[in-house]
Amino acid sequence: MRQTVTREAITNAGLALLLLVVPLAASVMDEPFYVTLATRIAVLALAAVGLNIALGLGGLVSFGHAAFFGLGGYAAGILATHAFNAEPLFLGIPATTSMPAIWLVAVVVCGLVALPIGAISLRTSGVYFIMITLAFAQMIYYFAISWPAYGGQDGLSIYVRNTFPGVNTAQPLPFFLICYALLLLGLALFWALSGSRFGAALHAARQNATRLAAVGIAPFNIRLTAFAISAMITGLAGALFADLNRFTSPSMLSWHMSGELIVLIILGGKGRLFGPVAGAMLYVLFEFALGGITERWQLFLGLILLGVVLFARGGLMGLVAGKERYG
Amino acid sequence: MSTALLIEQLLNGLQLGVMLFLMAAGLTLIFGVMGLINLAHGSFYMAGAFACATVAAATGSFWIGLIASLIAAAAAGAIVEMAVIRRLYERDHLDQVLATFALILIFSEGTRWLFGSFPLYLDIPPLLQGAVPLPGGGQYQLYRLAIIGVGIVVAIGLYLLISRTRLGMRIRAGESDREMIAALGVDISTLYTVVFALGAALAGLAGALVGALQSVQVGMGEPVLILAFVVIVIGGIGSIKGALFGAVLVGVVDTMGRFLLPQALSLVLPPSQTALISGALASMLIYIVMALILAFRPTGLFAAQP
Repeated sequence: MRQTVTREAITNAGLALLLLVVPLAASVMDEPFYVTLATRIAVLALAAVGLNIALGLGGLVSFGHAAFFGLGGYAAGILATHAFNAEPLFLGIPATTSMPAIWLVAVVVCGLVALPIGAISLRTSGVYFIMITLAFAQMIYYFAISWPAYGGQDGLSIYVRNTFPGVNTAQPLPFFLICYALLLLGLALFWALSGSRFGAALHAARQNATRLAAVGIAPFNIRLTAFAISAMITGLAGALFADLNRFTSPSMLSWHMSGELIVLIILGGKGRLFGPVAGAMLYVLFEFALGGITERWQLFLGLILLGVVLFARGGLMGLVAGKERYG
Repeated sequence: MSTALLIEQLLNGLQLGVMLFLMAAGLTLIFGVMGLINLAHGSFYMAGAFACATVAAATGSFWIGLIASLIAAAAAGAIVEMAVIRRLYERDHLDQVLATFALILIFSEGTRWLFGSFPLYLDIPPLLQGAVPLPGGGQYQLYRLAIIGVGIVVAIGLYLLISRTRLGMRIRAGESDREMIAALGVDISTLYTVVFALGAALAGLAGALVGALQSVQVGMGEPVLILAFVVIVIGGIGSIKGALFGAVLVGVVDTMGRFLLPQALSLVLPPSQTALISGALASMLIYIVMALILAFRPTGLFAAQP
């Protein structure tokens, strides 16, 4: 591997720095709105980093990652509600408002749900896989809507943002820093995974599954593991998203959310380390800028997206950092 | 539980199945011939419903509205195919998903812009108002029966179109070998536009027919679209026969699940929990059925040869 500093590395560092400096400056200038905007970018980027493991590295186009995003959100919402009402969960297990515990629950739940969904969906490939992951997410969505104990269609409010030891999470900046740190962790995991033996097998499963099987590695196991890891990271982001909005609702589980997560990756650049970050920045800024001008911003988002898919393949990272380099 | 109620629910399931077939037939045809996954199919459903409601309100005739819905949806389909979809055939499924997802955003917001956020209403035509008696007592809405009839006619028509006409021959040829029929001098791009417009027209017809039962509003196509995906995944993507079978299966299982599950669960569970659990279970039932079928037949029940 050449040790020269690539254009991509510079772009990545620039994006990481930008996402840190802007909210710090906004906080100094007492503009908490922009800190919240940056937090939204960090959380959505983390969710997309999760999806990027399945979609970018593994070539598994999951159109159902909203399921895990929403499950993470509900983990935060349900634990916080139980803790707020001082009700134990079940079997007398006490609820908690401690973020690390909530994250753990979100990650474990998403991993456990992803295994059966992945095991069934991965029996198929291509369009079937897209539609089946979509259908499973829809199943969980309808379950959330028809289960009234946790808000049903109305969703679930988190009255006080959950706590992190030693940090005042009610303030925008500390909460941003938590999300930013987790985003960096997620990116580090993606990077480590991509360069590892497992990552090599995953790349191979995407490029030529038959050859991978011929050298003695079952593509199914590799893909299932990647799918579960991917779901867990997206679930963690979901828990943060619920805490950011202090609200969990079935809309986090809806297929529009799944679509948005894919959009983030494609806007930024599929399979690129910082693709999701670039995509989330672009998306949230579009939403903010267009939303300020017109109520119909989704129409223009659709047009821009269509333009990106048809004409700007490779996304923002492709434009700024050039083509993907290997080795 | 009376027989009449059971028959009524079965017919409701059949009616839902027929609607899903109209959606799924187009989707599966487009996938079979062009290899394209089209998320924007629900938008044609919506376009058909809006065209029907608008024209019916302007002319006072549901029938003219119905014709308008077919024309509008087919035209929208043809335009979209020529402007956007045509560039996607050679791309991977991810690009297709995204581009058609973008089309949904454009269609939904565009429709909201043109028609506002309030739902439109469409009346059942006088000819089809009223009800017919069912065996075992009870009555059934004539209009719903008519929808089932339309579905059967369309299914037969599609079968004849595909198995007996020159266009159908080309469609079948396109399904088995795209390059070869282009090499044999068939104008493949016109064929694609025609197939896409045909699929869109079927979706528009479904939207217009359902528009008289529900309100006509933005986003009405999305739940149907996802059910149609379940249908074609169960039936086997690319198979019209599979779409028909899957549609009826999904329609009946969904309707009967919502009807029978509460009664079945009330035998074993206390009443306070019955409503809760049966409601949640019924809404998940078709997805469970789909998962079961796929666990045994990963390419669906009637999959075309890969």
